[in-house]
Amino acid sequence: MVTRRKLLGLGAAGAAVLGAGAVAGRSVLDEPPQAHASSAADPVPFYGEHQAGIVTPAQDRLHFTAFDVITDDRAELVELLQEWTAAAARLTQGKEAGSFGAVGGAPEAAPDDTGEALGLPASGLTLTIGFGASLFDERFGLAAKRPAQLAPLPKFPGERLDPAISGGDLCVQACAHDPQVAVHAIRNLARIGFGRVSVRWSQLGFGRTSSTSRNQVTPRNLMGFKDGTNNLKLEDSALLNDQLWAAAADGSPWMAGGSYLVTRKIRMMVETWDRTSLAEQEQIFGRTKGEGAPLGGKAEFDELDFAAKGPDGKPYISDVAHVRLAHPSSHGGARLLRRGYNFVDGSDGLGRLDAGLFFIAYQRDPRRQFVPIQLSLARHDVLNEYIQHVSSGLFACPPGVRDAGDYWGRALFEG
Amino acid sequence: MRNVIRLSLALPALAALAACGSGTPAAPSGSAAAPGKVTVAATDTECKVAASEVAAGTTTFTITNGGSKVTEFYVYAPGDRIMAEVENIVPGLTRELIAELPAGSYETACKPGMVGKGIRNALKVTGEHKPLNADAKLAEATKSYQRYVKSQTDTLLVKTQEFVDAVKAGDLDKGKELYPVARTYWERIEPVAEIFGDLDPAIDAREADLTEGEEWTGFHRIEKDLWIRKDVSKDGPVADKLIADVKAIVTKANATELTPLNLANGAKELLDEVATGKITGEEDIWSHTDLWDFDANLEGSQAAVQALRPVLEERAPDLVKTLDEKFAAAEAALAVHQKGDGWRLHDELSKSELKALSDAINALAEPISKIAPIVAK
Repeated sequence: MVTRRKLLGLGAAGAAVLGAGAVAGRSVLDEPPQAHASSAADPVPFYGEHQAGIVTPAQDRLHFTAFDVITDDRAELVELLQEWTAAAARLTQGKEAGSFGAVGGAPEAAPDDTGEALGLPASGLTLTIGFGASLFDERFGLAAKRPAQLAPLPKFPGERLDPAISGGDLCVQACAHDPQVAVHAIRNLARIGFGRVSVRWSQLGFGRTSSTSRNQVTPRNLMGFKDGTNNLKLEDSALLNDQLWAAAADGSPWMAGGSYLVTRKIRMMVETWDRTSLAEQEQIFGRTKGEGAPLGGKAEFDELDFAAKGPDGKPYISDVAHVRLAHPSSHGGARLLRRGYNFVDGSDGLGRLDAGLFFIAYQRDPRRQFVPIQLSLARHDVLNEYIQHVSSGLFACPPGVRDAGDYWGRALFEG
Repeated sequence: MRNVIRLSLALPALAALAACGSGTPAAPSGSAAAPGKVTVAATDTECKVAASEVAAGTTTFTITNGGSKVTEFYVYAPGDRIMAEVENIVPGLTRELIAELPAGSYETACKPGMVGKGIRNALKVTGEHKPLNADAKLAEATKSYQRYVKSQTDTLLVKTQEFVDAVKAGDLDKGKELYPVARTYWERIEPVAEIFGDLDPAIDAREADLTEGEEWTGFHRIEKDLWIRKDVSKDGPVADKLIADVKAIVTKANATELTPLNLANGAKELLDEVATGKITGEEDIWSHTDLWDFDANLEGSQAAVQALRPVLEERAPDLVKTLDEKFAAAEAALAVHQKGDGWRLHDELSKSELKALSDAINALAEPISKIAPIVAK
């Protein structure tokens, strides 16, 4: 493997930064942890213009699942979406999946809710559905409605995608503050779907790695860095319309108010990362590890100054630093709304943690947002020595469900 | 077998049949015509049934196998509900089948090679009969299923004896050939067998089910000797015990009165067996003949459901439609793997092929789990 470490020109600059980082580090971590929004147990409204679970302040836990549709009958698919919508409307409000519930039915009958969430509050559960490009093949007569934004992602250098954990006709993102609530939701939706959909792959995540509201502190990924400081946030309403929400004029009127979702499972080689010096780690990201400030700056939310040079005459933030490569100014202003999660899927059999980031990003058009940003990262980011993309997903997430008479994807099937 | 703790509620009304166990079911009342006799000439390619219409009541079919393959003969009500059947008609043999048939439309089938849908003929049964009320329909359901258990256990005895004989003769090839065949009859009715706690493990325990020091007997012990040790010279006592245990369980199974709930739960348990044991390849870990057992479980589940069909048609017609579709889909998913008169071996199937089977079973088992509360009403 080609090492790009030398591109950083680590040396005097690195050593200088090391000192600063070490000072900044601990003090931040010693601050009392910020509490959740006081309402961590409360329900998030299900009905609305947009689906919940996108700009909703990121919850702590994730259960993401991709499904393949195994019926060829369009009516059965629509029926499933109606049943799922009804169940999701209940589950997100802290109710059981079916009207009898886990213990309210006939003793001879299998309960219509699996029961592990009995007694637990809604826990901020959101359920967000997406449609993969493969749903728009010949099976359901949807080919003409396939959004151009679902164009296949290009092959990115260095990725090693496993098809078994990539793609899918449908996806459901379940986020909640309690992992049991998120798992309960997915389990019951999968059960409702038997015979019509089959789980293709699924991923559990913990420790949100993004903040989607200014009320949330910026969390850390498993490399120990604050991640997504410059993320699109709930409060940026003008930017959201420009960068996040699809409009009728974008070519697919049924997607107006929806958003396009890219998922990437990114394995981190945490063992080799942990042996990397603090200076190099900070150079790779372009931020300090403690405060999360841009190198050369002081505070996390300081403007990134890519021109600023250190005493050695070189830019504080390297040409190949992660923040520079990913920054909107490098991509014509393109932004992403990220709400990824850390994952640890046990160990890999070689004594290493099978750990990393389950990257989730919503946007108005992946062709102009995720794709150019990721191409730039895949080509130049030194971080690539420590990470590998192993799964990929691209989904069209329709607009929100308006009321009890509406259902997920209605405009697609009835429009 | 399933390695489970049995709940007491899994037991059927064990008021084992003092009186009505082996009795002949009463002929439908009000039969209009005298009972008939119908001859059936079966070959490998034909099934000539001498009559296409008979009178309601008792009909005796006399089936002669003029072909070169072992055959079976069935009388089906709509939805392939088995009204009567006779299995294991070897070439050259003639067997009789007595069927109690109320008026209605039926199909007969010869199954040369004992696979597939068989060669079908329409059979019309005419004459008066009083329609059954709901309770009578439930009673008829259990009677119908008990006929099925009887036919399966008859052949289970024959095939297990053949298997045991081959093992005792030290004939490895013949033993391997007969192993999945004998198990077919066992697997079709296993939920009934499981009622008898200690006999089921004696016949069907897997090595992984045992605790340390526990004696291992039954089919799987011989399976390992056939496929792995390739030596059955010391298996005489195990073989003798197997046939003795099978005889004991057959006697008990036919003397037990089942309830409609037993049928409903049995149908579901058979699919649970498929999901946990056959799709994973754990059932026949040495021989990899899991798909024989899969097919048998599926057929056994269908037999139990079809026995309940008249009740379900009245109480939940939509569910019947779903069940028909999902059974057909599961059969089709399995049929892809048919190979000659048998099946592909489990270790020949790819993960995606196994997933397709798993999806089909999940799709079927959910609606099947809805039967119990309907027949319990």
